Amino acid sequence: MNHEWSIRIPRPYRKKISPREPLITGQRAIDFLFSIAKGGIAIFPGGFGTGKTILEQSIAKFADVDIVVYVGCGERGNEMAEMIEEFELLNDPWTQSRLMKRTILVINTSNMPVAAREASIYTAVTIAEYYRDMGYHVILLADSISRWAEALREISSSLEEMPGEEGYPTYLSSRLSGFIERAGVVETYSGTVGSLTMVLSVSPPGGDFTEPVTQSCLRTTGTFLMLDTSLAHKRHFPAINWFQSYSLYADELSGHYKEHVAPEWETAQVRCREILQKEEALREVVEIVGIEGIQDEDRLMLHTAERLRTEFLSQNAYTEDAFSSLEQTFSAIKGILDFYNNAEKQLKDGVPISEILVEKKPVHAKQKTSEGS
Amino acid sequence: MRLSEHRYKTISSIAGPLLRVRDIFNARTGEVVTIVTPDEKKLDGEVLEIVEDTVLIQVFAETRGLDIEKSTVIFTDRFRDALLSPDIIGRIFNGSFKPIDDLPMFAPEKKSPITGFAINPAARAKPEEFIETGISVIDGLNTLVKGQKLPVFSCSGLPSKEVVASILKNSRLVSSPDEPSGNRTTSESKEFIIVFSALGLTFRDYSYYLSVLKNMKSRFIAFVNMADEPAIERILTPRFALTTAEYLAFEKGMDVLVVITDMTNYCDALREISTAREELPGRRGYPGFMYSDLASLYERAGRIRGIKGSLTMIPVVTMPEDDITHPIPDLTGYITEGQIVLSRELHQKGIFPPIDVLPSLSRLMQKGIGAGHTREDHRKVAHGLYKYYAKGRDLRKLESIIGKEGMPQKDRVLLDFAEEFEQEFIHQGLSRRSVNETLDRGISLMKQFNLNL
Repeated sequence: MNHEWSIRIPRPYRKKISPREPLITGQRAIDFLFSIAKGGIAIFPGGFGTGKTILEQSIAKFADVDIVVYVGCGERGNEMAEMIEEFELLNDPWTQSRLMKRTILVINTSNMPVAAREASIYTAVTIAEYYRDMGYHVILLADSISRWAEALREISSSLEEMPGEEGYPTYLSSRLSGFIERAGVVETYSGTVGSLTMVLSVSPPGGDFTEPVTQSCLRTTGTFLMLDTSLAHKRHFPAINWFQSYSLYADELSGHYKEHVAPEWETAQVRCREILQKEEALREVVEIVGIEGIQDEDRLMLHTAERLRTEFLSQNAYTEDAFSSLEQTFSAIKGILDFYNNAEKQLKDGVPISEILVEKKPVHAKQKTSEGS
Repeated sequence: MRLSEHRYKTISSIAGPLLRVRDIFNARTGEVVTIVTPDEKKLDGEVLEIVEDTVLIQVFAETRGLDIEKSTVIFTDRFRDALLSPDIIGRIFNGSFKPIDDLPMFAPEKKSPITGFAINPAARAKPEEFIETGISVIDGLNTLVKGQKLPVFSCSGLPSKEVVASILKNSRLVSSPDEPSGNRTTSESKEFIIVFSALGLTFRDYSYYLSVLKNMKSRFIAFVNMADEPAIERILTPRFALTTAEYLAFEKGMDVLVVITDMTNYCDALREISTAREELPGRRGYPGFMYSDLASLYERAGRIRGIKGSLTMIPVVTMPEDDITHPIPDLTGYITEGQIVLSRELHQKGIFPPIDVLPSLSRLMQKGIGAGHTREDHRKVAHGLYKYYAKGRDLRKLESIIGKEGMPQKDRVLLDFAEEFEQEFIHQGLSRRSVNETLDRGISLMKQFNLNL
């Protein structure tokens, strides 16, 4: 089994297959709204303090894969120390064995040499491909790809190459696509099927998404999760913005969800998006006229949207709630939507809004605080 | 190792802090050089780059007036080291590690390169030991732990030095984690060794800090580069400070707290060299390698498994134009484990310390609080306070449009809470509060407004 492989050369396979199966991350916002496919690529850009690393680590903990390769590319040493210690203690929710048993860490902290940083993601992807070729489902998490791009920039500028946008070399996006395309579901030479999923975080300077690294990533990725500073300031984690984010795998995967989780999966999804969208429109009105000034139907809508945000989309990485199976995710969303449908009916029957909201609220308020911070 | 000293009189050009010297045989990058002027003045420099037989030298002193023909460049065949000994404690040095307290240089026990060695991430110990700073907003909502790097983001005109001084004066290590959390205040607390690194400080600020340091019980070491001293020296100063701190922490087992002020001056010095080298500028003219360079300083904080000491770092960053997305605070925030952000608005309200809770963050807080560290209810209290204050702050915008009278009772309570939170919890003047007092105060504040914990 012991052999050497040049890290810059993708390992061969018999053929590539398009992704069909979802990768369960245990994060409700991702699994339900912006799913990632096994063999797919997800990126999440976000300014500092938006929870990139926590999200990467949560996915590393809970993803339903066989092997996790985690690259700490130009990030903090203390975080890595934390992760190593934690992974020795925690169990993989799918197999109940130690998390460290399925994890490989490739670490180049921010004070380590830049040239090694440039190479670190290739080392990691080659290790990941090696396991993929054995027919395993592998996930590669890189935190963060911007540090890799900056390393590339630093090397390029010492070579006195002609710079492109913001000093990055002109071949930034081709190198990046070359790297990202090493993800996928493949039929290996031994006839088995293995997959390599990539989840990459991006650290745009000043939280500005128009910069070259984010833009180059966008060309090749399937799931885009935008981490929002204003949500993070509200301590809404994971701070995934539900308007800007998207998943291109939704169509391929919807069949799987319908078959394996619930037939109403897609309709619930549409409904959830609709409520959030309407809330946004209503919020401006409320800011002017106050909550008392709007119609009861709209108040109910706002109440439901708030429940969606606080109970469903946000998830505390430090509690039991950190992992949510697809069934749990679906029953949570169903609970909220059922409440909404019932309440709408009651409202039509003439039950005053104050009664509907009071009836439900104490129960969930209590639940919420018992979770702690 | 060279058999004889290499001296050259072949300076070909001077550009800002950079010299080019021709016809050099066998130089090494990073080698320390001494430039001797015709009137026997000695300047300190370092080899940056070698292209064929031309060497680029960075000079850590003023190069204006340097005689290109008569000056001699001596290649010393050594690298920049910091001299180390436990005797260093209590001393004051300039930015180039020369004593300025009228005492002779101490006898070193060893030498260590000032670039330090990157700590193997797998050898790091998880930072989780609570440091009580005595400031409610920090202890309660943005807890500092041993081995953390937590910068203070300030704006010009805000009392960042008073905030730092208050942290220096009041920080205690609350050891013995097995003890029941209730008796925390009575348990023995340990002092820090403080390493103070001043970069481009005005005399006024310097004398303020010095009097604070001298009136403290904790022992300290200071490395001082004043505002009128060469900017380029600021590249070296924090490295001397950190090498000393690492030595005391990881070899002598001490708990060291490093304060570096002001990082903005450091980054400007970095920019000066980069432009003199005609490198392509990045954002706002700062060099593209600034992230790695800052990381080579900040990442030196930490703890190592099996070693008693720790290195905790509080850098101060003054945000140009109060802009948190400016490259200096931005890159700092990407490397450090959180940030303490000062707010002009709170300062104008007369609140001290004027720390804005919403953008402030301590990434290592979760590990350092709760039963066994502070108090079991710490997480809950912190979460509650943050949540209600954030809501109250949000409602202020609405208040300015429709007026407080037009708002429902529930919202008015939150508005009052936010106001009271600023006055009673954030504001504490120069007093010191233990973490118990902080949490009790938070709980009673929420009770006062009938807000659920």
